[in-house]
Amino acid sequence: MPEDVPAIELDGVVKEYLSHGETVQAVKGVSLTIGEGEFFSLLGPSGCGKTTTMRMIAGFEEPTKGLVKLLGQDVTDVPPNKRDINMVFQSYALFPHMNVWENVAFGLRRKKVAEAEIKQRVGDILEIVDLTGREKRRPREMSGGQQQRVALARALVNRPRALLLDEPLGALDLKLRQQMQTELKRIQREVGITFVYVTHDQSEALTMSDRIAVMNDGLVEQLAAPREIYERPASKFVAGFIGTSNLLSGTVDAADGDLLVVRLGEQDRILVPGTAAVGDTVDLTVRPEKITISTEQPEAGLSMVKGTVGELTYLGTYNSYAVALADGTEITVFQQNAIDSSTTAERGDAVWLSWRPQHSYTLS
Amino acid sequence: MRRWTPYWLALPAWLWLAIFLVVPIAAMASVSLTTGNLIDGFAQTFSVSNYSDAIAKYSTQFLRSLLYGGIATVIMLVLGYPVAYWIAFKAGHRKSMFLFLLLLPFFVSFVLRTISWGFLLADDGILFGTLKGWGLLPEGFHVLATTVAVIGGLVYNFLPFMILPIYVALERVNPTVIEAAYDLYASRFATFRRVVLPLSLPGVFAGVLMTFVPATADPINAQVLGGTGNTMIGNIVQTEYLVNSNYPTASAISFTLMAVLLIGIFIYARALGTENVLEAAAR
Repeated sequence: MPEDVPAIELDGVVKEYLSHGETVQAVKGVSLTIGEGEFFSLLGPSGCGKTTTMRMIAGFEEPTKGLVKLLGQDVTDVPPNKRDINMVFQSYALFPHMNVWENVAFGLRRKKVAEAEIKQRVGDILEIVDLTGREKRRPREMSGGQQQRVALARALVNRPRALLLDEPLGALDLKLRQQMQTELKRIQREVGITFVYVTHDQSEALTMSDRIAVMNDGLVEQLAAPREIYERPASKFVAGFIGTSNLLSGTVDAADGDLLVVRLGEQDRILVPGTAAVGDTVDLTVRPEKITISTEQPEAGLSMVKGTVGELTYLGTYNSYAVALADGTEITVFQQNAIDSSTTAERGDAVWLSWRPQHSYTLS
Repeated sequence: MRRWTPYWLALPAWLWLAIFLVVPIAAMASVSLTTGNLIDGFAQTFSVSNYSDAIAKYSTQFLRSLLYGGIATVIMLVLGYPVAYWIAFKAGHRKSMFLFLLLLPFFVSFVLRTISWGFLLADDGILFGTLKGWGLLPEGFHVLATTVAVIGGLVYNFLPFMILPIYVALERVNPTVIEAAYDLYASRFATFRRVVLPLSLPGVFAGVLMTFVPATADPINAQVLGGTGNTMIGNIVQTEYLVNSNYPTASAISFTLMAVLLIGIFIYARALGTENVLEAAAR
């Protein structure tokens, strides 16, 4: 198989529904390619179209417009049972009347694989998901984490071209969820199958994915690697959705090389990479952990704004400050708890906030 | 004290069962072991001859009842399952309306419904009369007073009791489980056979029980729609009790029928009601 054929390709995919006599667009034109062996996430809030997009890849929904391609072949009209893609459902959807072994063997039996081979493959996959010895259990006799792994094994045993996972960890508690994240990553490396992971949990997507498509309102807002999504959000929406962001808005005062000088208040001076005309209003963002808080004026060459400390929250590994600027904008600052856990500023203190120009970005 | 609260709350139910189930059954058991007649009075003789006589005399009606009840149940299953399936999966937001329509006939008395079936099936009634008038049916054609009419009546009268439990079982099947089967290379038919059908078996089990037992014991359909050759065991009980005042024989027949049905249900439950069937269906 040539390297450059993508595992999954969506080409201008649109999905319209009829709801109370009105046409509603759940997906408004999504084009993307997912490479072989990639761990790809569709991330977004509920109602953003990520689940509909995934269901179109699986074949449960037919696109109103556009094409779905699997390894270069158009599968837009192929039903799910004839598509070489399997899915792990949000609620696992295990067959309650079958034991673990029968659940996992279901797909292979439908494909009429020889019994001896089924035995071999089911045994192998149960070992990978660490469920050997539990073959005779019924789903209801198992914990959420175990059911989750049965669902995973039931899909993976068929060696599909791609595996779709619909918020598979949503029902698990935090500890187990973190454990399963590592586990999923390990399994994906082990079997080398393309994973398409749908989630609304940004930390989950950031931890596991090779690339993330952030979706909002039926469209892909940004498609990039986790680091870039976090460090360089392409839009206000992405900046706000991924992690904590401070959104600032100011007037361009001057252009200093490839840096813009943006003014908010009297003593504020923000340097940000970008291009805009003097007098334009620009939106920009900076992450809370990039900001330094101090009572003395910072050195020149940094972005700096003046404010008053409002709420101060102790969060164990770090402190969180809510600093109010002169115009009322509130900025969140995270300060690592280092060796000395005392805080730099107290509630009511007038402080300077500063950060390096390359840590802030203008937003479209 | 609080520990006993649930038991106190259950007391009315226990009393109800004791007064209206245990006492009459015990009384009937006692009557079935008496001999005598209405004029000379009945004496408790503990003779089981009532049973042996009843079985010997009415074995034809016993077997006919089981046969009619059985055939009617099979027909109800075949007719009722698709209806339940359709309401559960395809009726959408009109589900409640269809369930209501299903129960609508119950607003009319059971006997009246059966009698109106009699009108419908009459030799020169609105249906056959008209068809005969058009020359579509031969003059001698008749359905009333035949086996077909009795079984048809049983099917008509008890069908909702087959549909409702199957509907409830199908309604409880998680739709994503059906999608999962479809995703795992199962055709529409395989999805039904391997997943939907096995998961609905508890409903089928309940539906069969709720129709076979009353259909087998029913006297009305045979009386209204059947001829002399279609007498069922329910009719015999009725005649012996109400016409002949032969209480011991009527009680003995009732008990025999109850025993036959209970044994049948037990065997049936062992065969279908356990997890064995589910496991077999999973393969």
